Amino acid sequence: MTQTTPPPSEAPFAVEMRGIVKRFPGVLANDHVDFELRAGEIHALLGENGAGKSTLMNVLAGLYRQEVGIIKVKSKPVEFYSPRDAIKSGIGMVHQHFMLVPSQTVTENVLLGLNDPRFFMRLPEYDEKVAAVGERFGLKVDPRAKIWQLSVGEQQRVELLKMLYRGADVLIMDEPTAVLAPQEIEGLFTILRSMVAQGKSVIFISHKLHEVTAIADRVSVLRRGVATASGVPSKGATRQELARLMVGRDVIFSLDKKPGKPGEVVLDVRDVHAENDKGLPALRGLSLDVKAGEIVGVAGVAGNGQSELSQVITGLRKCKQGEVRLGGDLVSNRNTLFGIQHGMAYVPEDRNHVGSAPNLSVTDNVIMKNYRKPPISKGGMLDMNAATKLAKELKEAYDIVVPNVTTPVRLLSGGNLQRVILAREISGLPNFMVAVQPTRGLDVGAIEGVHRLLLAQREAGSAVLLISEELEELLSLSDRVYVIYEGKIMGEVRVGSGEADQSMIDTIGLMMTGTPLEQIQKDGVGANG
Amino acid sequence: MAETTSLQKKNSGFKIRVEPRLEESPAWYPVLVSVLALIVALILGGILISFAGGDPLKSYQHIAKASFGDIGVLSDTIVKATPIMLAALACSVAFRMKLWNIGAEGQFIMGAFGASAIVLAPVFQEDAPRWLFLTVMALAGMVAGALWGFVPGYLKAKFNVNEIISTLMMNYIAVAWINFWIFGVWSEGGFQMSPKFPEAAWLPRLLEYAKTFPQFRGLTTHAGLILGIIAAILLWLIVYRSRWGYEIRLIGDNPQAAKYAGINITSNVIYVMMLSGALAGLGGMSEVSGVVHRLQTAPVAAGYGFTGIIVAWLAKLNPIVIILVSVLFGALILAGREIQPSGVPKMIQGIILVSLIASDFLLRYRIRIVRGEE
Repeated sequence: MTQTTPPPSEAPFAVEMRGIVKRFPGVLANDHVDFELRAGEIHALLGENGAGKSTLMNVLAGLYRQEVGIIKVKSKPVEFYSPRDAIKSGIGMVHQHFMLVPSQTVTENVLLGLNDPRFFMRLPEYDEKVAAVGERFGLKVDPRAKIWQLSVGEQQRVELLKMLYRGADVLIMDEPTAVLAPQEIEGLFTILRSMVAQGKSVIFISHKLHEVTAIADRVSVLRRGVATASGVPSKGATRQELARLMVGRDVIFSLDKKPGKPGEVVLDVRDVHAENDKGLPALRGLSLDVKAGEIVGVAGVAGNGQSELSQVITGLRKCKQGEVRLGGDLVSNRNTLFGIQHGMAYVPEDRNHVGSAPNLSVTDNVIMKNYRKPPISKGGMLDMNAATKLAKELKEAYDIVVPNVTTPVRLLSGGNLQRVILAREISGLPNFMVAVQPTRGLDVGAIEGVHRLLLAQREAGSAVLLISEELEELLSLSDRVYVIYEGKIMGEVRVGSGEADQSMIDTIGLMMTGTPLEQIQKDGVGANG
Repeated sequence: MAETTSLQKKNSGFKIRVEPRLEESPAWYPVLVSVLALIVALILGGILISFAGGDPLKSYQHIAKASFGDIGVLSDTIVKATPIMLAALACSVAFRMKLWNIGAEGQFIMGAFGASAIVLAPVFQEDAPRWLFLTVMALAGMVAGALWGFVPGYLKAKFNVNEIISTLMMNYIAVAWINFWIFGVWSEGGFQMSPKFPEAAWLPRLLEYAKTFPQFRGLTTHAGLILGIIAAILLWLIVYRSRWGYEIRLIGDNPQAAKYAGINITSNVIYVMMLSGALAGLGGMSEVSGVVHRLQTAPVAAGYGFTGIIVAWLAKLNPIVIILVSVLFGALILAGREIQPSGVPKMIQGIILVSLIASDFLLRYRIRIVRGEE
């Protein structure tokens, strides 16, 4: 449709946020963040997962309340206690997870929660009103269609329609492209451009650089709750600069890592294709291998196929194409039990919902993988004495702080629960382990404990695939790091035992945001192999 | 919590705050809470009785006397408790896996049918040995019940059909099914009941031994009680001490973790529904062979399967506790009739259930009373 007219830099502020502080238990999600949105612009908010983008925008949309800081809309200070207040000031947010009623029509969903119509629905009349709003902004969607009949892209348009119908001038889109297929993304961009052409302003939350440079007028970057760039024109910014602002350079702890002596290939992933829960492609021809006695990292921004990769390897997800072999045996598209019986350990991303049974005891949780074998199993029955003995041994050996082994694990802290899971997985003497985000949400001491356990696995000659969003963790533990982006490996970086240098981090940062390694090397950004 | 406190304006007076329990509660705590809930329920029931114009204390005394007062009524209580026990065991194993089997009633009825079919078909001559009769009847009852559990289990496993609806509907089919047989094929001279079973098909009763033990005279407690107790012990061993039971508990607590541990959930859904059905079916067999001695709709489809749901919950799905709670409910059913045929006793049952389920909240959360500002 119409090309974006670059808004003059002196356009008035639609929204100003000054010194926003928002804390969650244990995390400073926003640390005195400033953010400015000018009228009629598309402003991208860039950052890794957990950088505080969504938190900042939830504050603006009235879902959270900032502890410190002020918000001004059209230069007037405002206080939001609920999303209703925000929408009254013309601020509407489209969340990543849609909030629609599947069995109702588009119009009914748009009208939901409004006072007009008051009693009789008079749907045909409102169908037209809704259609008129849609027409104006190029949102093609049938107001009479039921939500469940619509594609994800169309549902997103309904969410936009809801906000526009309520008179929103500022639209916050929380990672709108994460759920969309590529062709739908282009459609969304067209809609966003037509909206700004008619005076609306858009905040576009993303962690994908190419989208940001394609659609945004200006960019702000958050890293760990701090704004590292505020309102940089996206035309002038290079991808590399943005990647560095986003990923940053952190102090690399030097753990006591002995030089690796990689052995034979243990895990071999070849050209794997798989879909995510929504049926969209999540892995698109991904290949990697892990050798005995090495830790191989997978770096990437969350949602680029990491979870699906770990699930395909462990047999929890089917792959459409390609194969995974463990020590030569095919493990993909076989049941999970096969992998377990062939020495595969798995530390899942979600320790509460996947890795443990919250209401069962520590004992019941540590036998989850070996209850089928002696000494725990005795001819179909469980030897509870043997199980209790094992649990007590693991409690000692792995420093699990719990009064006794009959305690249900839901009462354990995150670090202790993770130790229960690691104890269980490691005590099975695996020859291969997948660990996904093993230190997420843990405190510094617990993190170090987990790192030591992983290094001990490496020294014992086991192969470890470490999938993490913590670059620091990956660089200090891994022998090699693959970078995953949209279900593909962008390239591989050899870390060795030395310190990671800046160019290596820059290279990984660029790959994390979608530039393949070959291109980086061709462009001559000091990469190393 | 920080969220609510930070938003709280100045506010004097007391405030009740509900917090999740983060520490383990001592072993006696759940028992105390259950007993308190029972007392609260009896108080509420007492209020109800006095509204209905009765004297609560006298009524409760009467209930106690009419159910535990002497060995005769105690025996009657146990006769009532036996089918409830088996039905509750059936429910407990399914509920343990979060399979909401509301169909113990139908599985119970089908168990009664299966056992009766052995007698009425007839499979054996009337003078066949008693042990043979009873063994085959028990097996037939369990198979028929298991089959009735298999259907919803299979539908759930393969097509994700909601088992609450399917098991509930299967209950009605079961009633219609036995009606078909006793109205027609096995009708006793046009009455809606089958002919009486030969004595070789009766479960042994205490009164049979009155010659040796005169105190057993007139006591109708039958061997179904032993079946119930054995089933409870076996079920306890299965659930808490076997590999399969571990899988059931793991699936029940967190199906995702079970999948992660390599457990096949779909086949377990089918097996557990079949075990559940078999236990209820055994209950049906015990009732026709121990009490009714013929196939007849009213005494078989008497709602034991539904009472079993309540009992299973009250016993927190623990098979051993189910034995005790069943006796309590047997008493309520028996003695309740002394006050009123239906109505108030049923309401008291309901109040007990609601109180006990509500008391579960106290096990998961603690309630703190705080002063306005803190």
